[in-house]
Amino acid sequence: MVETMLESKSEGKSETASTAEQKKVKLDISHLTVSYGNDAAISDVNFKIFENEIFGIIGPANAGKTSFLKALNLMNTFDANMKVEGKILFNDRDIHQLKNVYALRSRIGVVFPLPVGLPMTIYENVALSPRLRGIKDKATLDEIVQRCLQRSALWDEVKDRLDSLGSLLSGGQQQRLTIARALSQEPELLILDEFSIAVDPVTTMRIEEVLKELKNEMTIILVTNLVQQARRLADRTAFFLEGKCIETGDTEALFNGQVENSKTTDYIEGRFG
Amino acid sequence: MTTQSSEAMNEQFDRRTLDWYIDKLVEVIVFISGISAIIFVIGIFVFVTMEGMGFLFDSFSFSEFFGSEYWEPSDEDAPEYGILALIAGTASVTGLAMLIAIPFSLGTAIYIAEFSTGKTREYLKVLVELLAAIPSVVWGFIGLTIMNPLIIELFDVPVGLTVLNAGIILGLMAAPIMTSIAEDALKAVPDRYREAAEALGATRWQVIYKTVLPAAKNGLLGAILLGVGRGFGETMAVLMATGHAVNIPGSVFDSVRALTATIAAELGETAVGSEHYQVLFTIGIFLFLITFVINLTADLIVRGIKNQ
Repeated sequence: MVETMLESKSEGKSETASTAEQKKVKLDISHLTVSYGNDAAISDVNFKIFENEIFGIIGPANAGKTSFLKALNLMNTFDANMKVEGKILFNDRDIHQLKNVYALRSRIGVVFPLPVGLPMTIYENVALSPRLRGIKDKATLDEIVQRCLQRSALWDEVKDRLDSLGSLLSGGQQQRLTIARALSQEPELLILDEFSIAVDPVTTMRIEEVLKELKNEMTIILVTNLVQQARRLADRTAFFLEGKCIETGDTEALFNGQVENSKTTDYIEGRFG
Repeated sequence: MTTQSSEAMNEQFDRRTLDWYIDKLVEVIVFISGISAIIFVIGIFVFVTMEGMGFLFDSFSFSEFFGSEYWEPSDEDAPEYGILALIAGTASVTGLAMLIAIPFSLGTAIYIAEFSTGKTREYLKVLVELLAAIPSVVWGFIGLTIMNPLIIELFDVPVGLTVLNAGIILGLMAAPIMTSIAEDALKAVPDRYREAAEALGATRWQVIYKTVLPAAKNGLLGAILLGVGRGFGETMAVLMATGHAVNIPGSVFDSVRALTATIAAELGETAVGSEHYQVLFTIGIFLFLITFVINLTADLIVRGIKNQ
């Protein structure tokens, strides 16, 4: 059963690869398995993510979406319990062979599902990453902070109180602060893990518009529980279920029922999950 | 039927059950326990003040008490009670102890909380707690029998019972408890802060320096002030390791005498109610006030940070 599923998946993959041959591969994931102790969170995940696309990941809770993201960012170096096997190529470089993981992390922006306003001022929150990169010039920092906060649709609400604590903002504001902080890294890859959980619908739509623009500058991985959000934004989408990547494909095609596994359609149409 | 049962229910409104009385009893007991802390503090302050009162109102001279370096209570013709040298003794020993204990304890706490894992962490924590439980007289003993000859030999000085000796001993004594509290403060910083900073590409030291330490600021300050308080209040080890000589120290190789050690060593030899006896209690009041000010400052600083 599992074998036939894997086979059909690899066939599907070669198809999508041929249609997108001209695109540059940003991430090439092969045989990725993440486990905690003896429990595999995801097993044998294979697909490519192309430059300047929004790649959606959908799937019910416990499907291994967050573990997948953690592996991309090499967060396992801090969690002795987390074991990663398989290969992840970022810009054709095997990330497990890198000598400086911090350099990799600084090029990947992550927005966590629950907002994390670091216990410093709003300004410091956004200026932290540029400062870590060694930018000291006040005017440059000011400019970065303003641009990032404007893009994350937070600027108008906080421009008069940049010196107050970031951790005192409301949940939705903190989430936009987190997005601004991720953007301040000027990342090549932006990972959004269910960013809209704590954000109101109007702001969500504003951020979605920004993401469509950002696509021209970076690659975006969008993990979402809202399948319609994936449909609105993602160029291609992967469906995760119980630690396996069931299939990946062109988002519109998946939503129009051109699927290899009927479970994908079941999930998209809300029949389980 | 419904009216019947609701009437029965309403009757319960007027009936006090055993649970109700137990609740009241516990409330009273807890209230007494809570208030007793205040009663004891006030009681001790009143007692110490009463005992020192005679001296305080009759022959107390502010300039002599705080300004004179002569502590000669047993001079039969003209006893002099200047505590300047004793203050200098306590301050120099505590200062040196903090110079040693602050970096030492913060370093240990950072290692335990941020770097060590699994078994190492557990063992270290137990060991630190164990160190904190060593009685102060044992520390004094180490100062007297190990540090003393060591200092004499290493630095080629005539006496080893000095500010250096007591400072090191007191620093080592204060470090474990400071480590414990500092580690608690670091552990209280949520992991999501660390993860968020890591995701930005911060190195481990940058994560600690930029995120964890600022977030734990209050607790760390509390740990340091507790150490200072311990330094001022410690008696036995300081009595044994300082050399107990009334002296304003010119270097760390001078012997000194601490305020607390003076009380401990002399109170038993004075006649109750005598001037000397009353002076010792006056020193007690002074120590009490210092501790009070240290705690109050700590409290105000912590509140100030909270309100920011």
